Amino acid sequence: MEKQNRKGWLYLLPAFIFLGVFMIYPLVDVFVYSFEEGYNSASQTFYDTGMYNYSYVLHDPYFLQAVKNTFILVVITVPVSTGLALLISLALSSIRPLKELFQTVYFLPYVTNTLAVGLVFMILFKKTAYSDGLVNLLIHWFGGSSVDFIDGPYWAKMFVLCFYTVWVVMPFKILILTSALASVNQVYYNAARVDGTSRFRIFRKITLPMISPTVFYLIITGFIGAFKAYSDAVALFGTNLNAAEMNTIVGYVYDMLYGDSGGYPSYASAAAILLFAIVLTITCINLLVSRSHVHYS
Amino acid sequence: MERQPDYNQIRKSAHLRRIAGNVAIYGLLALWAVIVLFPFYWMVLTSVKSYSSYNAEHVPSFFTLSPTLQNYADAFTTVPLGQYLINTLIFTVITTLIMVAVITLAAFAFARLEFRGKNLAFTLFLSLMMIPNELVVITNFTTITNLGWRNTFIGLILPSVTSVFYIYLLRENFAQVPDELYYAAKVDGTPDLRYLRKVMIPICRPTLTTIVILKVIECWNSYVWPRLITDDPDYYLVSNGIQEIRENGFGRENIPAMMAAVVVISVPLILLFLIFRKKVMEGVARGGTKG
Amino acid sequence: MKIVLEHLTKKFPSRNKKSRGEVIAVNDFSFEIPDGRLIGLLGPSGCGKSTTLNLICGLQKPTGGKIFFGEDDVTDLPPEHRGVGLVFQNYALYPHLTVKQNITFPLENLRGAEKLTKAEMERRAYDAARLVQLEELMDRRPGELSGGQQQRVAIARALVKTPRVLLLDEPLSNLDARLRLQTREEIRRIQKQTQITTIFVTHDQDEAMSISDLIVVMKEGVVQQIGMPQEVYDNPVNLFVAKFLGTPPINVFRGTVRDGMLYIGKDAVLAVKGAADQEVFAGIRPEGFLLQEDGPLHCALNRIEVMGRDISVVSSHECCEAPAVRSIINAENIVDTSSKTVRFAVRPHKLFLFRKETGERIPFTVE
Repeated sequence: MEKQNRKGWLYLLPAFIFLGVFMIYPLVDVFVYSFEEGYNSASQTFYDTGMYNYSYVLHDPYFLQAVKNTFILVVITVPVSTGLALLISLALSSIRPLKELFQTVYFLPYVTNTLAVGLVFMILFKKTAYSDGLVNLLIHWFGGSSVDFIDGPYWAKMFVLCFYTVWVVMPFKILILTSALASVNQVYYNAARVDGTSRFRIFRKITLPMISPTVFYLIITGFIGAFKAYSDAVALFGTNLNAAEMNTIVGYVYDMLYGDSGGYPSYASAAAILLFAIVLTITCINLLVSRSHVHYS
Repeated sequence: MERQPDYNQIRKSAHLRRIAGNVAIYGLLALWAVIVLFPFYWMVLTSVKSYSSYNAEHVPSFFTLSPTLQNYADAFTTVPLGQYLINTLIFTVITTLIMVAVITLAAFAFARLEFRGKNLAFTLFLSLMMIPNELVVITNFTTITNLGWRNTFIGLILPSVTSVFYIYLLRENFAQVPDELYYAAKVDGTPDLRYLRKVMIPICRPTLTTIVILKVIECWNSYVWPRLITDDPDYYLVSNGIQEIRENGFGRENIPAMMAAVVVISVPLILLFLIFRKKVMEGVARGGTKG
Repeated sequence: MKIVLEHLTKKFPSRNKKSRGEVIAVNDFSFEIPDGRLIGLLGPSGCGKSTTLNLICGLQKPTGGKIFFGEDDVTDLPPEHRGVGLVFQNYALYPHLTVKQNITFPLENLRGAEKLTKAEMERRAYDAARLVQLEELMDRRPGELSGGQQQRVAIARALVKTPRVLLLDEPLSNLDARLRLQTREEIRRIQKQTQITTIFVTHDQDEAMSISDLIVVMKEGVVQQIGMPQEVYDNPVNLFVAKFLGTPPINVFRGTVRDGMLYIGKDAVLAVKGAADQEVFAGIRPEGFLLQEDGPLHCALNRIEVMGRDISVVSSHECCEAPAVRSIINAENIVDTSSKTVRFAVRPHKLFLFRKETGERIPFTVE
């Protein structure tokens, strides 16, 4: 028996070492950091412990900007991407010819490098001295006046960020929703058709309740994912996100840690913990809401 | 019969409604397909426009009559793009290999072996699943820096060789292998490791494939950690490389060459996806998250 | 409402891509179903009976032929305009809705002039529920009901719109044996009470025979025979129908007709006037055997099974297609179980002759 015990732990050892060093220890440490005031990473010394780091972060205009940006991003992209993905998945599951081709095409953004393709979006939206860029060309065609989406007004930049974020998260949502729709037994649709149920009513009364667990799963993971947005913004606006007014909470954490304004792991820790607290709260609210609205068979 | 419905009318309107519905459905699908594909088209198109003709375009043109591969040559010669690709390949392969070994052993222990403290350890593992990466990355950055592993492959690789979620996924799959097989192997005197190698792994190959695919995608696209831990271009991965090109390299003025680099970076994963399309999509549906 | 099927045909592209062939699920089905009757559509699985049902309710479109409800041509009409009620094999009850919501679901779809008030819907739902004796369970969900109860909810949901035609697709196959017996009588009662033309698909001949006014026997998309259950049983048109109906099944022997006499092996079993000389299959119903000391058919006796009122004599014969010859004999007969052989005479109207190649029935007269 003693040998059995030893063997079990031996198999777990590598995983435990890695997790211990790179997950459990840092988890404790990040709280410690966040309470150490005036920490100096070169000398590894600090003056005092307390809430100062939190207070600093909460009063930092860059952090407030990042929080605002992140919330706008979440509030826009989660409903839009989930709704659009639902619409496209419904359309996909009602056709036969070309279905596989569409599914393959729609999945492409999942396997692309966010940074690399973000540059293409930047090119498409950017206005330079000698050319207005493609999107502005389209706007001209429809009689609008050109806007610089990359270095221009706040809402133009926010629009591109949201647009790109939706573009990036759609493949996953379409894939999950299409397979959820495929798992609804065809016999319910036949029954509804014989009874003359309209398309919209079939969707609202049969399809939606039956896939509601999947929809809520996507909403919850969508919220968590959108709160951690960062590399999409970097791809579009470059690494100096504070200057572009487009920073996100995660971006703020990394900037504090390392980057142009970096070298402050204490502030980074406090910001990271604040982010975690926000995400946890939102997820709990989501779960509470879902309990009363989701049908689990 | 209390009423005489006009069957021809009903038939006709049902037919029309069906056609209109199909037009709307295919219209929507085609529109989204264009939105998805257009950036890829634009990236390839721009990458084959010559530097001078691109810069002469005040109004972007949707095609080019004189495609050139010069930009690809530029992308490889002016910046160490080849080096970035090799770095990423090394990083991806080693990380994935170590991770598969580590999680297989752990999943096997949780699924098959009996030892004291197993349930407690498993609960601890599960609770770790909720910890976001952003929370631990700060200390890891300090740890790796203090160990002097900045700008090394060790520093890049080590923090990402375990995944609680993949251990969980694999353990669930291992647990489905019937106990009888294990007892039969024990009766024949098969050592545990051999049983794992010869029975468990082949049976659970689909799940392992899924995990490998997801990990490869993750590694190829990883940006945040490599950015923190490397500032020497010799150790840049593709994501950092492309960002570097954009901000300090030729990306500022030579957009076609930058697009060529983007194409080169995107092609490997897209090819991998097109070859293993079914497996990738099944895998992501079972265990993927993004967004 | 009578239903007329005219040369109804349904072809599917073959699953096997290489052959590029077609599977003919229903082939040239013509039939007039009289108003207010219960029709049993009977056949082995894959014979096209479910496809026929789907064509009638409009879930599938026929490749050829026409369907009339009364005088109306409904061939191209979408299902919701046909006024059919359909009960699915797995009931297809919406799991997230209560029994009452399930039953009122079709009513809520009505629009325009047909739109009902809440109170009217409620009344109709309770009427339908009363018909299937479900009033007590209106607020439960399908998951909380037994199989038989779910079945009745499905029937109530199909009836609530007072359809012109009620279609039942293997409605009893998911029930256990006792419940099946009970439910089929229930279906018969409801059909009698409502007088709705009803089509009932099943692969169980017992079920079809016991409750149908008419049965339709199908095989590989082709209708074999249509008639009243007893008539089809007593007068099968071919070997397939003869074998498909009856429990225990008919005994089939290889035989020869020579000079108006049927020979099974060496035994001259029966004089069959009017049948030409040829190799035949002779089918004898289990109840067609008579124990007789000097009977013409010699069989090797295997065992006796007592069934109460009757006894079953299990014997064998070298010319029989099956390993055992099953006969059902009145229990008053006494069988000498020590004997190695048993001799039978045959009731002439329980014996049918079929062509060896086609299985077609060969008529003959008995002297």
